[in-house]
Amino acid sequence: MIIHFTLNGENKNLDCAPDCRVVDLLREELGHTGTKEACGSGECGACTILVDGISKLSCLMLAAQLEGHAVTTIEGMSKGEELHPIQKSFVEKGAVQCGFCSPGMVMATADLLQRNPSPDRKEIREALSGNLCRCTGYQKIIDAVESAAAEMRDDA
Amino acid sequence: MNSIFLPYKMGDLWEVKQKDPEAIILAGGTGLLVFLREKGLHPHTIVGLENLWELKQIEMQNGEIRIGAMVTHQQLLESPVIQAQLPGLHQAVTVLGYPPIRHMGTIGGNICTASPAGDTLPSLYVLNAVAELRTPTASRLLPIQDLIKGPGQNVLGRDEILYQIRIPVPSPSAVSFYFKVGQRKALAISVCSLASMLQVAEDEQTIVDCRFAWGSVGPTIMRFPGLEKNLIGEKLSLNKLREFGQTAASMVSPITDIRGSAEYRRMLVSNLPSKMLQTL
Ligand SMILES: Cc1cc2nc3c(=O)[nH]c(=O)nc-3n(C[C@H](O)[C@H](O)[C@H](O)COP(=O)(O)OP(=O)(O)OC[C@H]3O[C@@H](n4cnc5c(N)ncnc54)[C@H](O)[C@@H]3O)c2cc1C
Ligand code: FES
Ligand code: FES
Repeated sequence: MIIHFTLNGENKNLDCAPDCRVVDLLREELGHTGTKEACGSGECGACTILVDGISKLSCLMLAAQLEGHAVTTIEGMSKGEELHPIQKSFVEKGAVQCGFCSPGMVMATADLLQRNPSPDRKEIREALSGNLCRCTGYQKIIDAVESAAAEMRDDA
Repeated sequence: MNSIFLPYKMGDLWEVKQKDPEAIILAGGTGLLVFLREKGLHPHTIVGLENLWELKQIEMQNGEIRIGAMVTHQQLLESPVIQAQLPGLHQAVTVLGYPPIRHMGTIGGNICTASPAGDTLPSLYVLNAVAELRTPTASRLLPIQDLIKGPGQNVLGRDEILYQIRIPVPSPSAVSFYFKVGQRKALAISVCSLASMLQVAEDEQTIVDCRFAWGSVGPTIMRFPGLEKNLIGEKLSLNKLREFGQTAASMVSPITDIRGSAEYRRMLVSNLPSKMLQTL
């Protein structure tokens, strides 16, 4: 079946199998390996993407569900070499160790900050509660989100 | 899987179901896709409801709040009608999953999954919610407790879908509540949960109406209308609710699993009603 959607602003028309999951479409068919898969069952947040700006789990979506929608992945966050403010804060605050959870964390943060530009630490924890990280102990991630929020408020 | 359909019109949905009565309904996919993967199942046809706008509405009609089966948990969370009229249900979706699960998962999916731990269910039981089911040619109304048969089982026919949920607008003086005990704060399946709805007379003491429904302590949501009746006309007090909790605890047969022992669950059944009064 042919599906039409935009990926990070680019039009895509692709032939895919009816049971193809979005995470496989992105990683295998399109070579966008920024989006990670760990649990494959909704429990870790590593595969988080934005669909029409809203965070969703690409391991629990079928490619056909993208028809007519706009997808943003971690590859679409930076402008060329210029990192997105969320990515910059993650780097600056030491919120990235192995980096496996980072794409999902950044996408979940993007969803949070467009709903709530000034979240407190409790709200940040709640918003990222399903994104698991085995390395950082979360504090630096929360610092990074706070600092990204401040940065983005200043820019706006 | 051979085909997936995402119809925009009810007529097209029924056409798919008529051609392939075994076609599996896909709502938000947060239960179904996990289930299919775990069991290694490959259904022939999947039909998704996500483009059917009439299933995505929350409206007030004839003194009822009508919630379409495809209303997401996030929509419930943000809806001013739900916040104002059904605070217990609002509370339930604040503790359900985490953001992307709430963006994808739907109330219809939560009901049809019929899990004893389903977070919207206890509130729907105490609100006396009624489900509207539809086939290509007919519609029927069923009280929520008659839709759910047992763990993971509902009474939907092969060509039937859950269309909407209807909830009578509660009296303005009724207060509702939802409390979930999990193993941790976020992303936890409940070990025991309680929804309740309480209405007292103008003296602010005499109980006029009350309903309690527990989750995760039996094969389905547990409610004891007989016990509730005994409270009506009584003066509201911590002791009354403690006694009520103890009697209810003697009537449930929870199981022991990795999340908690039967004894721990029984204790929670007993304690949660009086805890409710303390948080009000
Ligand atoms: C990580 C994770 C965390 C979760 N946390 C919670 C939680 O805290 N609390 C909780 O209660 N649940 C939780 N769930 C379970 C699940 O997300 C919810 O039950 C959700 O509401 C299911 O809705 P859905 O729209 O995704 O349903 P789907 O997965 O699309 O469907 C579930 C089932 O219902 C059937 N169905 C759905 N809609 C209809 C309809 N309108 N008519 C007929 N049949 C229908 C489907 O065929 C399928 O069998 C969690 C799941 C995951 C993966
Ligand atoms: S891989 Fe999708 S949530 Fe873990
Ligand atoms: S940095 Fe390694 S999992 Fe988060």
